[in-house]
Parts: sequence; C-alpha cells; structure tokens
Amino acid sequence: MKLIFEMGAPGRGCDLLAECPTPYTPTNVALREKPLHLPEVSETELSRHYTELAKQAHGVNDGFYPLGSCTMKYNPKINEEAAALPGFTQIHPLQDTPDIQGCLEVISETEQALCAITGMDACTLQPAAGAHGEFTGLLLIKAYHASRGDDARRKIIVPDSAHGTNPASAAMAGFDVVNIVSDAHGCVDLDALKAAVGDDTAGLMLTNPNTVGLFDPNIAEITRIVREAGGLCYYDGANLNAIMGITRPGDMGFDVMHLNLHKTFSTPHGGGGPGSGPVACKAFLADFLPGVRAIPAGDGLAMSRAPHSIGDVRSFYGNFLVVVRALCYILTLGREGIPEAAVGAVLNANYMMHQLKPYYQMAYDHTCMHEFVLTLEQEKRTYNVSALDIAKALLDHGIHPPTMYFPLIVHEALMIEPTETESRETLDEAIQIFIDVRKQSEKAPEDMHQYPLATPVRRLDEVTAARKPVVRYTWE
Amino acid sequence: MNFPNELRYSRSHEWVRIEDGIATIGLTDYAQHELGDLVFVNLPEEGDELTAGEALGDVESVKAVSDVYSPVSGTVTEINEELLDHPEQINEAPYEAWFVKAENITEEEELLDAAAYEAFCEEESKK
Repeated sequence: MKLIFEMGAPGRGCDLLAECPTPYTPTNVALREKPLHLPEVSETELSRHYTELAKQAHGVNDGFYPLGSCTMKYNPKINEEAAALPGFTQIHPLQDTPDIQGCLEVISETEQALCAITGMDACTLQPAAGAHGEFTGLLLIKAYHASRGDDARRKIIVPDSAHGTNPASAAMAGFDVVNIVSDAHGCVDLDALKAAVGDDTAGLMLTNPNTVGLFDPNIAEITRIVREAGGLCYYDGANLNAIMGITRPGDMGFDVMHLNLHKTFSTPHGGGGPGSGPVACKAFLADFLPGVRAIPAGDGLAMSRAPHSIGDVRSFYGNFLVVVRALCYILTLGREGIPEAAVGAVLNANYMMHQLKPYYQMAYDHTCMHEFVLTLEQEKRTYNVSALDIAKALLDHGIHPPTMYFPLIVHEALMIEPTETESRETLDEAIQIFIDVRKQSEKAPEDMHQYPLATPVRRLDEVTAARKPVVRYTWE
Repeated sequence: MNFPNELRYSRSHEWVRIEDGIATIGLTDYAQHELGDLVFVNLPEEGDELTAGEALGDVESVKAVSDVYSPVSGTVTEINEELLDHPEQINEAPYEAWFVKAENITEEEELLDAAAYEAFCEEESKK
C-alpha cells in the first residue's frame, strides 16, 4: 500500500483542524527556512488510509494474542467511556487546584487501590511505562542509600532470567549490574545469591512469578538474604496479573516495585504507548517519590511534593487518561473480581500447557502461573524447524505469535500467555492450530521456512533493517 | 567451521594472537555463526585498560546483544574502527575482523589451542 506521503495532490486538504483563533507570528528563531512538506490529502483519503493500516495490523480486537510477558488482555470499552468524559479531557494540569478536584480524586484513589493490591504504602503515577518505572524505583533505592551516607552500595543483583530492561535500567541509574544464575527450575539459586550479596549490594531486581511462569517458592528467603545484607528488594510488576488479589509483593519482602497498567489493568498497549508504570514503595521510601502527589487538605485534595523528592521523571501526573482507564477497571472488578481475573489467567495458561504437552516440549514441566515456555530445541535439531518458523506459521492462522527467544535461558523458546480474557472456545481453537503447525513441521519441514503466506508482508529482512535503517520518508 | 592453528581461544569464544607483545583479539567463527548476522559493534577506546575475563565491548545481532570478553589484561593501543560501520565483516571473515590490539599484557585467561577449542565447541553445540 502507498504511504500517506505518496497520496493526494498539491492544494488538496481537509478542514479537520480549525484555524488558530489567536493570531500567531513566529519569531525569527522559530521560523523554518523552507516550508514544512506535509501530505495534502482529502478527508476521504485520510480516513481510508488509516482504516487500511488498521486492517493490516493485528490487535486484541482482531484475535488471539498470546504474547508472553506482555499480558495482552482485552481492554473493556467502559474504560474508554470513562476516559472520554469531558471532565477528564477538557482540563489542563495548570488549572487551579479547586478546579481539578475530580482528577486529583482519581489520582488519589488509584494510588490507594494500587497500594492495597501490592501491599505497599505510597505510590507515584508519574512514570510512563514499565522500564521507566524500573528506572524510577532504582533512583529511589539510590536516594535511600545516599541519604544514609552509604556510598559503597553500587551493585544491583539481577538473575539471568530477568527481563532485559532490568539490567538496562540499573545501568542507566548508574549502578553496576551483577548477574546471578538460575537453578534448574528457572528460579533464583540461593547459593549464588548468598555469594553475590555484601556491603556493596544496593538491591535485587526480581519478578515473581518469574519469566518462565513459575512462582519462586523461596521468595521470602530471597528477600531476607538481600535485606540482611543491607540491600533493598525491587519487584518487577510485569507478571503481577498472575497474583493480583491473591498475594502481595509487599508481603513477600519487597520494598519498591512498578506496575504496568497497560498489562495488568487492561489499558491499551497500542502503537507503543502511551503506557503507564506507577511505582509503589514502602513508607520509608515515600519521602523520595517523584512528582506531586494528591494529599487530603480541608474538604478536598491538594498537591504536594515529597520532602526529599528525586524530582520529576515526567511532566505533570504521567499519562493521566491511562490512569483513568486503570481505575475504571479496578473499580469494575472490585475486591472479588481482581483475584478472580488472576485465577482465570493461571487456569487458562495451565489448560493450554496441559493440552499442548503431548506435542511440544515444555521448558519446565511444572504447574505454571499465568504463562509457560516451550522449547523447539528438538525440532530445530531434528527437522531444522525453529521457534521463528513456528511463530511465523501461526500468523497465517490469524494468531499473533507468542514471545520468541525469551527468556534467554531457554533455547528456541516460545512464551505463551493466553490471559483470562479468552474463552474456552478460543483456547481450543488456538490449541488445535498449535498442534497442526507442529505436525506440519514434521511432515513438511522445508515448507516451514516460507511462512507466512497470507499476511500483508512476508518475512522481513531484519538484518538490512538494522544495518541500513530508513526511519523517515525522504521527498524527492 | 574454521579453527586456525596459529590462534588461541577463550571459552567465551574470542580468539587471540600474541605477537611481539601485542595481543590481537576477535570473535571466533563459531561465535559469529551462533550469533547470526551482526548489526552493531561497540568497541573500547584507545588507552582503555582491559581485564582478562571482563567485557571489552559488545556485539548486537537481530536476536540479542552479547558481551565480548577480553582474554587478556592489558592496554588498548588500537581499535578496528572499520567494524563500527561494517559489522558484517565479522560474519564474513571472523579471523580477519579483529576488534582491538592491546599491549602491556599482564595476565592471560586460561586459553585453548585450536584442537581443544574445536572439541569444546562440539560439546557446546550438543548442549
């Protein structure tokens, strides 16, 4: 299909944007040397173009999307209705406090709900996504050690099964990263952890359930070892969907964590954002929280900055309308619905794992939490059919492939997370497709390298895309 | 797979040639084959100190980013800047596409000769 830059004609346009009501003359500093070259298309062309783009994509509204670790659950439409209310959209963050009481109430209620779900005492909604939350949490850990004059704590311990963002966030926050190996179940190796902690340990980053979908049975022991060495424990909330309302990171011994509202609390993942990665912490870290927080004052709420705040990590209150959607979800489900969603997520994952077990090798043959990992190592060796080949073949059947080649500790990995929002019928259909594709890789292994056949684009040349990236349109 | 006799090898898949006190370091044929098409290389700077067994840089393929470990301790005297624009040279000719040259070699990791390294790679691919 054509790019929007290749459509239309000079002088054509549409009046979606009203003329600016206040005359504005740019100063010389802001003035461009050449006029901006924009596409000139009619509203019809514009509308068709974006509808066509939407048709070529795959989202949760199109079909099954078992992208492990990303929790691609359905986004209830009531969330959108709430977020579209004019009281939330026709408002500016710089308005006077009495004018924005409703928004402050949303912020305050969401913070309280997230603290109740995680077992933490205080929360900031400012971080814009998961890795941003990690970075913010690590800055809190850094500020805490610095406030005690303990400059020696420069190391963050990260298990080798961790999300790649964990070591990256730690390095960005100025820490040295120490990797520790996992045990045979993909859980933390206690001996390796004991050998790694010391006077230089700033903290540990961990997700539980871990990246292979198992709940670490030693979690209380793990956090105790780190805390006794003087370090803090950071919980990566990526996998919170499996345990919300059932158990709490705060009770497992964690001090600070982030939540991914776009995973666990059903806000959209669309187009790379906007996401939201609130950070929740224990009371002793609350004084370092970034941004302004909504606190009770008189009959209403006022904005207040923490006394030793690390500063702002984003403008104003983060992605506020995403927060509105998350609060809507939390209130819709309530105290009973939230654990029910977690139970459903775990049940669906175990159901799929159990049905696929006769056909695929599981990386860890164990009751799983909300996701499971299978390995195509045998298929790769015997038929030269890789995890990539299986993933690409699934595309022709209208399924978004699972996460591939992650976690790194499993070779030829496919990581499947069905989520609680899929019906038994959808799961059964998907299971049958997985089985058919597996049978095909035995019968006609050579064919497996050419899929997908039915998608708008076939296999992409990732190497050329990485070596010679074209990231913008160039006018001739 | 190619394992030149005149080189020595680390278990983390780097090759090293030490001549007249100068160590030349690169990635092995086995490593480039396992990593796949490389798209980005990160090198140290001239004058940087290398520590045997610690990362001297990293390489990125479409699959993953991997550290490249230094088989020796010493001082970087030269880097192969051409690799920064042409990481594909590592895939095409791994034993010509050297990463760094180092002098003042004070320490060496336990290194393997070609035969021992070939046997080691064979074990690795069975895992």
